[in-house]
Amino acid sequence: MKPRTRWEAVCTVDDLVPESGIAVWTEEGPVAVFYLPHRLPALFAISHTDPFSGANVLARGITGDLKGEPVVASPLYKQHFSLRTGICLEDDTVRVKTYPVLLDGNQIRLEVRANQQTSIAA
Amino acid sequence: MSKKTLIVIGNGMVGHHFLEQFCASPAAADFEIIVFGEEKQLAYDRVHLSEYFGGSTHADLAMGTLEWYTEQGIQLHLNEQVTGINRENRTLETPRGSYRYDELVLATGSYPFVPPIEGNDRPHCLVYRTLDDLDAIRASSEGARAGVVVGGGLLGLEAANALKSLGLEAHVVEFAPRLMPVQLDADGGALLRHKIEELGVQVHTEKATTAITEGEDARLRMDFSDESFLETDLIVFSAGIRPQDALARASGLEIGERGGIVINNHCTTSDPHVHAIGECALWEQKIFGLVAPGYTMARTLSAALNGDRELAFTGADMSTKLKLLGVDVGSIGDAHAQTPGARNIRFNDEQAGHYRRMVISEDGKTLLGAILVGDNSHYDTLLQYALNGITLPENPETLILPESQGGAPALGPDALPETASICSCHNVTKGDICGAIDAGCSDLGSVKAETKASTGCGGCTALLKNVVDSELEKRGVEVSKDLCEHFPYSRQELFHIVKVNGIRTFHTLISQHGKGHGCDICKPAVASILATCWNEHILATDHVPLQDTNDTFMANMQKNGTYSIVPRIPGGEITPDKLIVLGEVAKEYDLYTKITGGQRVDLFGATLSQLPEIWEKLIAAGFETGHAYGKSLRTVKSCVGNTWCRYGVQDSVGMAIRLEDRYKGLRAPHKVKMAVSGCTRECAEAQSKDFGVIATENGWNLYVCGNGGMRPRHADLFATDLSDEELIRTIDRVVMFYVRTADRLQRTSVWMENLEGGLEYLKQVVLEDSLGIGAELEEHMEGIVGTYQCEWKTAVEDPEKRKRFREFVNAPSQTDPVQEWTVERGQRRPVLESA
Repeated sequence: MKPRTRWEAVCTVDDLVPESGIAVWTEEGPVAVFYLPHRLPALFAISHTDPFSGANVLARGITGDLKGEPVVASPLYKQHFSLRTGICLEDDTVRVKTYPVLLDGNQIRLEVRANQQTSIAA
Repeated sequence: MSKKTLIVIGNGMVGHHFLEQFCASPAAADFEIIVFGEEKQLAYDRVHLSEYFGGSTHADLAMGTLEWYTEQGIQLHLNEQVTGINRENRTLETPRGSYRYDELVLATGSYPFVPPIEGNDRPHCLVYRTLDDLDAIRASSEGARAGVVVGGGLLGLEAANALKSLGLEAHVVEFAPRLMPVQLDADGGALLRHKIEELGVQVHTEKATTAITEGEDARLRMDFSDESFLETDLIVFSAGIRPQDALARASGLEIGERGGIVINNHCTTSDPHVHAIGECALWEQKIFGLVAPGYTMARTLSAALNGDRELAFTGADMSTKLKLLGVDVGSIGDAHAQTPGARNIRFNDEQAGHYRRMVISEDGKTLLGAILVGDNSHYDTLLQYALNGITLPENPETLILPESQGGAPALGPDALPETASICSCHNVTKGDICGAIDAGCSDLGSVKAETKASTGCGGCTALLKNVVDSELEKRGVEVSKDLCEHFPYSRQELFHIVKVNGIRTFHTLISQHGKGHGCDICKPAVASILATCWNEHILATDHVPLQDTNDTFMANMQKNGTYSIVPRIPGGEITPDKLIVLGEVAKEYDLYTKITGGQRVDLFGATLSQLPEIWEKLIAAGFETGHAYGKSLRTVKSCVGNTWCRYGVQDSVGMAIRLEDRYKGLRAPHKVKMAVSGCTRECAEAQSKDFGVIATENGWNLYVCGNGGMRPRHADLFATDLSDEELIRTIDRVVMFYVRTADRLQRTSVWMENLEGGLEYLKQVVLEDSLGIGAELEEHMEGIVGTYQCEWKTAVEDPEKRKRFREFVNAPSQTDPVQEWTVERGQRRPVLESA
């Protein structure tokens, strides 16, 4: 059975930086949200934690595409992570968590695990 | 069929090489192999023995591993001395037992010759051959002040180096009138002596030691035949080697008059089942005391044991190239011109300390031999002429003249015949290298792995690279200059496109001249080009996503995601008040504080959100950004100069500050470092910088394209006795020409080396304005200087830009949970270990 989830509002459109990422704090911890205005979809969300260093830095990496795949490069050791799947292009045994993300009016929402105590309504 | 037994006595470099060759051959399947080594260690690299005192261990010097011996099924008996051979029964004896052989290989090497001098067996009289010997020398050096090496040959000078590295006052005592009498002539020997004495080794030639007795002021006293004497605490005999032929002699094998086990062209002794290789073997009355001929014998014998009688040992080239105590020495072929009719050409630059001699045939067509002291850069070319009998040019002297005096450039790899031996240790020819490339090797590394070339002494590394590069180029293998998959242009071409078309954003550039959305290679490169061309703020909206994180946040990211801050301290000059502010800020934010190599202060451990707050305080105290995060000018290091120093001849601090203020903030293909020294003592280490300025009585000397770091390079003297204005104009031009033409992440040193025409071309462009762009380069630089802004000042004053420094945009009070700290030596440091 799929665990219960909820769509958490994490920031507004004004917080986003075009062609780059920002970090937000969620109940599941730090998440990086990227806004690539020249692509469809334009919003991506992956874990902010760089699995190679353990540091919370992925939102501060350079975005781009490699052979068409949207990616972010870790600012520490420069590995590339697919923004769609979270898979590391240099080492496909490493994968960061990805989050469904949507634009709701002016709000950016992420689908995160629902805490037992929290209501499913956001 | 039961297997036969092959026994190898001796586990040195040649014995090991033989095993490597033989185990890889078909005959290995027919033999049980037993190896006896007298030393307790596995075969090690004796050529680099002196590195043992430089910190190398047996493991660093080892030729193979125990695992390899196990894998090959070799029975290895180390520390077990063979005491007798019975050739009739084909057995041999050791203190532990008796062993039967079918084939026996003697690779017993040599032992150091100790001259028959009275007292040579006293304590602290030592030799230099094995790791045990070196341990004994080290033990003897405890409490010793001075040490003497008897013998001024190749090994003797190595031993002197070892004594020096143990901190002893080193002396060399040589019987002959000069050092290295076998390899060098009088002039070469004199120059080598001069150079070695400059390094603090005392050389005594024409000294015959008559007795060693107890010393008065030191442990020992050496008396010489000319009635002089020398006191020393230890003596190392290195007066030549003698073949270790005792076992062979006792078993009745044929031995040369002056020692050595007599072998034929297939390395077999007077007994068809006993063979000898390496320094113990005597071929045509000659002993070969170098490793390369020993390896050739090993290969020859391995072939013979496989039934291949084609391969024969036919003597060996005894040319040598080495660095003795840091001094280049090379000797090729008939260095002493003993061939009838041979003629000499000598080049002797006492000023530079370079001596070169060519010995050429009577008809002037072939090179017979050569001697080099002080500079081995001509060695490879001369060796190829000598070994391959390549016809000398009409004016052969051009081969040893400096290029500035009409000297010919080094022999290109194309001029070498297929048979030219590139690596003599492993006998790899140019043809072998071409073969490896044709079989699929596509770079230097794979050619080395395939052919083993350049994995022996390493002397042929540069030559090998030239051959491989040239052969790859011939086959049309081209290194792509494209920046990345998004732009089919080099950085230089993109720079041109941006400049000519007035392009001001990445988006315009990629949609008109590239494809896709860019990546972490092209985005920062384009950001740097845009910054150089238009000098807009790096946090302007269009430029933010192009920058590396360090540029985006104008600080240097550390392993736990926090940043370090380096404020600019021009020329390393700082008032006490400003220094106090740095201390106060560091204390307030608990920042780990360290002095950098560039005379600045680095503050570590600031979180993203603290950066603007910290910079507000620093800016209020008069600090500016130091661009430690950028591919731009870092620092202009300086010594204190003539305002304080009694040796200084110019105001080096003043000039350093002027240069730093002028070039700060300029975006370049890579970081740029500068330094200014106030006199020739060079306390600012300017010659290791991209731009080094050294004061003279008359002005400034400019050095360019030096580098420290991973690939150090001394800067080249570019112009002399410049006035302040001339200096700045010259640097303006070189910097701007570099910024416009260099590749991405190419330091000035590599840029210059890759410029066609090199230093001379750069001088023509900058000093003679051969391209007519001098004024344009200066104007461009003036424009950049005029639009400088402190990026941090602009950032902290703009609320929109400050928004970027929120750690978590939706939770300002949330701290990053992985940033944990511990305290070490009184300061905070991260506990996060990188994976």
